Amino acid sequence: MSERLKISLNVNNDTHACEIDARMTLADCLREKLDLTGTHLGCEHGVCGACTVLADGVSIRSCLIFAVQAQGMKITTVEGLAKDGELSPLQEAFHDNHALQCGFCTPGMLTTAEALLTENPAPTRREVESAISGNICRCTGYISIVDAIIDAAERRRQGPP
Amino acid sequence: MSKSYIGKSIRRLEDKRFLTGTGKYIDDVKLPGMASMAILRSPHAHAFITKIDMKSARAMEGVIDVFCANDLEDELPEIPLRLAPFTDFQRFLQKPLANKKVRYVGEPVAVVVAEDRYIAEDALELICLEVEPLPAIVTVQDSLKGETLIHDAAGENIGTQYSVSRGDVEAAFKGAFYTRREHFRTNRHGAVPLETRGLIAEVEPTKPLLRLHGATKVNFFNRRHLAEAFNLPESSVELIETDVGGGFGVRGELYPEDYLVPIASYRSGRPVKWIEDRRENLSATNHSRDITCEMEIAATADGNILGMRASVQGDMGAYIRTNGGVVPSKAAQFLPGPYRVPSFACDVQFLITNKTPVGTFRGPGRFEANFCRERMMDLMADDLNIDPAVLRHRNLLTPEELPYRIGELVPGDPDATLDKGDYPSALDRLLTECRYSDWIDKQDPSDGKLRSMGIACFIESSAAGPPESASITVLSTGDIEVRTGASSVGQGTETGLAQICAEYLDIEIERVEVSHGSTTLVKTGGGTFHSRNTVMAGNATRIAAKKVKEKAKELAALRWNCHPTELTYENGEVCKSPDRFTLQELATFAETRGDILSADAIFDNEKKLSYSYGAHAAQIALDITTGLVKVERYWLTEEIGRALNPAMIQGQAVGGVIQGLGGTFLDHFIYDDDGQLLTGSFADYLLPTSSELPEITAIALENFPSELNPMGFKGAGEGGIVAVAAAVGNAIARALKPYNISINELPLTPDRLREALRGAESLK
Repeated sequence: MSERLKISLNVNNDTHACEIDARMTLADCLREKLDLTGTHLGCEHGVCGACTVLADGVSIRSCLIFAVQAQGMKITTVEGLAKDGELSPLQEAFHDNHALQCGFCTPGMLTTAEALLTENPAPTRREVESAISGNICRCTGYISIVDAIIDAAERRRQGPP
Repeated sequence: MSKSYIGKSIRRLEDKRFLTGTGKYIDDVKLPGMASMAILRSPHAHAFITKIDMKSARAMEGVIDVFCANDLEDELPEIPLRLAPFTDFQRFLQKPLANKKVRYVGEPVAVVVAEDRYIAEDALELICLEVEPLPAIVTVQDSLKGETLIHDAAGENIGTQYSVSRGDVEAAFKGAFYTRREHFRTNRHGAVPLETRGLIAEVEPTKPLLRLHGATKVNFFNRRHLAEAFNLPESSVELIETDVGGGFGVRGELYPEDYLVPIASYRSGRPVKWIEDRRENLSATNHSRDITCEMEIAATADGNILGMRASVQGDMGAYIRTNGGVVPSKAAQFLPGPYRVPSFACDVQFLITNKTPVGTFRGPGRFEANFCRERMMDLMADDLNIDPAVLRHRNLLTPEELPYRIGELVPGDPDATLDKGDYPSALDRLLTECRYSDWIDKQDPSDGKLRSMGIACFIESSAAGPPESASITVLSTGDIEVRTGASSVGQGTETGLAQICAEYLDIEIERVEVSHGSTTLVKTGGGTFHSRNTVMAGNATRIAAKKVKEKAKELAALRWNCHPTELTYENGEVCKSPDRFTLQELATFAETRGDILSADAIFDNEKKLSYSYGAHAAQIALDITTGLVKVERYWLTEEIGRALNPAMIQGQAVGGVIQGLGGTFLDHFIYDDDGQLLTGSFADYLLPTSSELPEITAIALENFPSELNPMGFKGAGEGGIVAVAAAVGNAIARALKPYNISINELPLTPDRLREALRGAESLK
């Protein structure tokens, strides 16, 4: 049996205390313990990108790290992207560009794009394609997702600081 | 002002919950007291089971139950055939758990139910499976030999075989100026939705009730068979649809797990959840596309086709599952495609092998048939020195020739007829878009790459199957509820049906909420497959909306003490100038009378299929040193009758093209000689990513509304994928023409092309 640990996680600016097995992944902890089921699991071996979350603003695969390792990090999941019930410019851009169909890859796409746009507010199409190349989408064919991220970059540049 | 939604790119109603992480997919559903299930799957392709030792697993803390086939009192049911249920297939049906023998890697052998998934998976490792290995059959040739039988009682490895024909093919070939014979192969790959399968079963201890969450696609069919299997009245079985992370044909069919999860719940008395992991998904969920096709064509010196004959062999895997013989039979039926083929004959064989069973994947049989036929057209064009587009034009059925009876090319299917349309104009539009006549294949001096263009034509059937239901209710809040038996697998069904409802009721679309799929919503339903939702559920919604308007008038007539024919309906209100009643007021009035403002509707197209059609073009750049192909530009035209939501149709087309590029270059289930699946993870089974995107121009044509449904829709979900391998294959073959390399087998991987190029160089 795995060792039980009490941990505290900062997720979407809230502090959550929970008791978990040491071997529990961050993705499972978010989904099972914190009930933040927006983070999806598509492969559980770090390839599909559906489980991407932000750790101190950097995109990481939450299926590849243990929850205990995330202590002390500022974690942002898809649930933390909208502010006061209003979709963020990135989410709006996905909506307007038909950048999602089944929605399963969407949380990982959004968090990956959020990290990209924070680091590079005016990416080229090629840079966007490269940034999301580790996120698999089976429905859209990606092009509308790239459109949406380019559109979001523009909205963020023009929007309130 | 009447509201107009049909034909508009309305932003999707589903999006908000998906964008905020508040969708409810099956693994997001949690029930009190829920246990977790994991499945021990065979690591052997073919073996007798000699012992399953579950003692240690049972003793593990946190384990609730461990069982194999021998532990079950009742005989396990066979998973039924839903489609193409050909004679003799009954001998090859699968039971949910292997008994005595395993026949593919991934076949369920034992089940663990535990307090959580971590414990359940630990316990799997404690189960000791002892087997006596048997030789694995991994090719159709070895299957045919029959030296090793996979299902002993059947006495052969041939699932079934049949021949179909029309016209006098022998005579056509006898006198023909030109004939050519080629061997084609489309490799085994699959749908691989991003969300793996998953189910939760709950049973009520006090009453006969089995509730299965996570169902989709064909819930009413599945309910009927699950009810039978568990000896319950249909009314006691509820299939509940959640949000679904992609279907593409594979999700929602009856699989072993649809029986095992309820059995686990019955045995443990607790709700039980099973979520497939990706490794399971790649070996347990239906594979597809695995076809070989020996094909011959006969034509005049001018390239007018006189006849085609072929033999199609499908590698069906170890069992025949719900989709029966769809894949090989549709590959055979669609071989003549959109062309005037006066005579056609095809032998079709369904061969059992020690691989994962096969089912449908987006454009089943069509993707395969198009690759074979369209490659053959290009070979013929070169042989006869005719431009590929000109050759196609000569052979495409003209508008005057449609409707065109293609005959009984699938045993048991009704006589099939291609409905009205204009195939040549769809090709012409493509040729204009891709500037075909200006294009010259060449080795580009700028980077040394071979650049070429390939084209392909296609037809694609849509809207098959049973009738579909819709029911519309106006609530006293003024909100409108649409319920349908059709499922959603993520394609935007809620938005599409809301558009139709809002347009016909002349109301704001924001008032409409669409619920779908679950057997608890409506009395009956057909489900989601074969590009049918918009056609079938769309027309059912239209009928229900019209009935709601009539009912609203009747209610208003009661209020005004007049006859309904004196009233008009506009802007979501019933009017008797200058007075008017809103739908909300009438719904409230209905409630006071113990009534509801609601209507049920069924749309039945009597199984008459509408055929979409069009053409694809691919412009590629091939690196002759590495064999790497980049698709730089892609164009397609597709006649869809009438567009409900152009943005969603564009999404289907573009998504289909990229998925098809995966099937052309990447996706490949590779087995070794022992029947081991070598591509059991996303590190090995490759899917398209955003790193190699072509520029895609997808044009939906609306020139020929279908005459088989009042709204004029044809399906639009599969035209994007069905001709991709054909167009790209043709482009690559053109580039490689000087090297005389045959492009007859998928996938077209860099290593295959590089090897062929080296072989060709060494011959020089």
